[in-house]
Amino acid sequence: MEPVLEIRNLNVDYGLGDRAVHAVRDVNLTLHRGEVLGLAGESGSGKSTLAYGLTRLLAPPGVISGGEVIYHPEQGDPYDVLGLSDNALRAFRWAETAIVFQGAMNSLNPVHKISTQLTDVLKAHDPKMSDHSRKARAREMLKLVGISPDRMDAYPHQLSGGMRQRVMIGMALILQPQVVIMDEPTTALDVVMQRQILGQLIELRERLGFSVVFITHDLSLLVEFSNRIAIMYGGRIVEEAPAATIYRDALHPYSRGLLSSFPALRGARRELTGIPGSPPDLAGMPSGCSFHPRCPKAFEPCPTHIPVLGRPGTPDGAARSVACWLHPTEQPVG
Amino acid sequence: MKYFLQRIAFYLFTAWAAITLNFFIPRLVPGDPVQSLIAKFRGQLSTEAINSLYVLFGLDDDKGLWAQYIDYWKQLFQGDLGLSFTFFPSPVSQIISDALPWTVLLVGITTVISFLIGTSLGVLAGWRRGSWTDGLLPVTTFFSSVPYFWLGIIAIYLLTGPDSFFPSSGGFDSALIPAWDQYFIPSALQHSLLPALTILISSVSGWILSMRNMMVTVSSEDYITVAHAKGLSERRVAVSYAARNALLPNISGFALSLGFIVGGTLLVEIVFSYPGLGFILLQALGAKDYPLMQGIFLVITISVLVANLVADLAYLLLDPRTRKDG
Repeated sequence: MEPVLEIRNLNVDYGLGDRAVHAVRDVNLTLHRGEVLGLAGESGSGKSTLAYGLTRLLAPPGVISGGEVIYHPEQGDPYDVLGLSDNALRAFRWAETAIVFQGAMNSLNPVHKISTQLTDVLKAHDPKMSDHSRKARAREMLKLVGISPDRMDAYPHQLSGGMRQRVMIGMALILQPQVVIMDEPTTALDVVMQRQILGQLIELRERLGFSVVFITHDLSLLVEFSNRIAIMYGGRIVEEAPAATIYRDALHPYSRGLLSSFPALRGARRELTGIPGSPPDLAGMPSGCSFHPRCPKAFEPCPTHIPVLGRPGTPDGAARSVACWLHPTEQPVG
Repeated sequence: MKYFLQRIAFYLFTAWAAITLNFFIPRLVPGDPVQSLIAKFRGQLSTEAINSLYVLFGLDDDKGLWAQYIDYWKQLFQGDLGLSFTFFPSPVSQIISDALPWTVLLVGITTVISFLIGTSLGVLAGWRRGSWTDGLLPVTTFFSSVPYFWLGIIAIYLLTGPDSFFPSSGGFDSALIPAWDQYFIPSALQHSLLPALTILISSVSGWILSMRNMMVTVSSEDYITVAHAKGLSERRVAVSYAARNALLPNISGFALSLGFIVGGTLLVEIVFSYPGLGFILLQALGAKDYPLMQGIFLVITISVLVANLVADLAYLLLDPRTRKDG
């Protein structure tokens, strides 16, 4: 499969110098065309920072301290998003990579009609487009996400949370981007609405063919909706594999811990265990593998040596990677 | 529309309550104007003179408070605010309409300019947080905590004098007759410069601070990040997303400050002996001039109420969330 977004050795810090907190460390990740890539981890594992970093939306004091984000446009040569000029970056945003943010309730400006907020993005990216066709396009997008186009003149406070998030999804797709990043898009919604919106999103993805980076702490949602899953811990990717593989046969003890912290809908009954301890403090990361203080299987190299992400020696090793001393690698990724 | 009518009804009620208080409060103050005249003449007035003074001021008949109250309303509707004791026999309405333009022009224009400058600087300082504009803040904090009149006294002390361009008191050169001509207008402008600057400097800081703080608060809202992510121009995000939302609390502050134009800068007018309403009020207070005080308080009350109404309406217009039946 051909890649659409390649993240290479991305490092994101908060603050500068010695007191900087390394929120994302040496992340290598490839998003392929048309796939749904899930990104899971506890709070503070760096998943949202990764998403903000690759679109250069980090608010100060967040800084990208190294790495590349290579974007492959549909036509033309790939380029590094991190090297774009301000104007080129503005043109890149939303047109190539759109984002649906966590705060379904606060993503829309309360004082503007949703029609204004849908059309201003068209105005910014295609100033020559007529007012009439902008409105028509906005109406079309609302219809696409299942909102009656006569709600165009509604203000955000007149819509329910689910409708607002649908408006945001419609807005994300309005320029037909190649990549849509979903940062906990349904966290603020109830379970029924979550399922409905994600189902709709997957259907739209099949129709329009964009790729999705789906960030959530809810691994059960990822297992159901994504093709591949990457698990983050302490700012690093610790395991990456096809969704079904992660679900059936996770290699990293942390992935297993995440999986055993929610009940399965179908299949045999398992005991829920969860993960003992709490997520590491990014400012004082444990030495070696940052998971070792909480890991039930930690052994002699773990506290001193950082395991690299690489292909494990298992039979299906070519399609997955893991960073764990239980599965030492000969082929590092990245 | 229903909301609108409710507001109007509320303001009419408030106006009634304020006018009623306005009627009673001066009558609760001990002493009366004749007493203060007697004090002025240090007992050199005969009993007949005192009696005739009571007759002259219309304080002779023993009407009850209630009858006076009814009369007060009747006269109010005829635009008759009574005769001033201090500037006898000028009617109060005449004195107020002479003084009002001075206050409204000086303080009104200054307030508007101060709001515009302060808000724009505040937007800039809030949006470019961490740049040189942050250096403004300690200065603005200092000036916003300095009282107007103190600044006025300092300005008079430092900037006026026999050879100075700035006159130290009055609203125009006393050798001139008020008229719209080439002599009077420049003189009036020259006289208004120092009081205007005093008010401007001490009030602009408040606008800068409040607007900057609102900008900083709004800048961390999710919809601002979304606006950036949408690839909108920096200008559009700053103006249409950040400043537009940050402006809302400042708008009501502005409308309220318009209401306080008449009464709020009283001390500046006193310091500069500026012929506005505040200066007149000082004289009325000194002479226990009920009709004049009541007239001035009436003007202040009405202007505050109207400003509040304007703030309500502006909010309806600017913030869709306040429109109940939108």
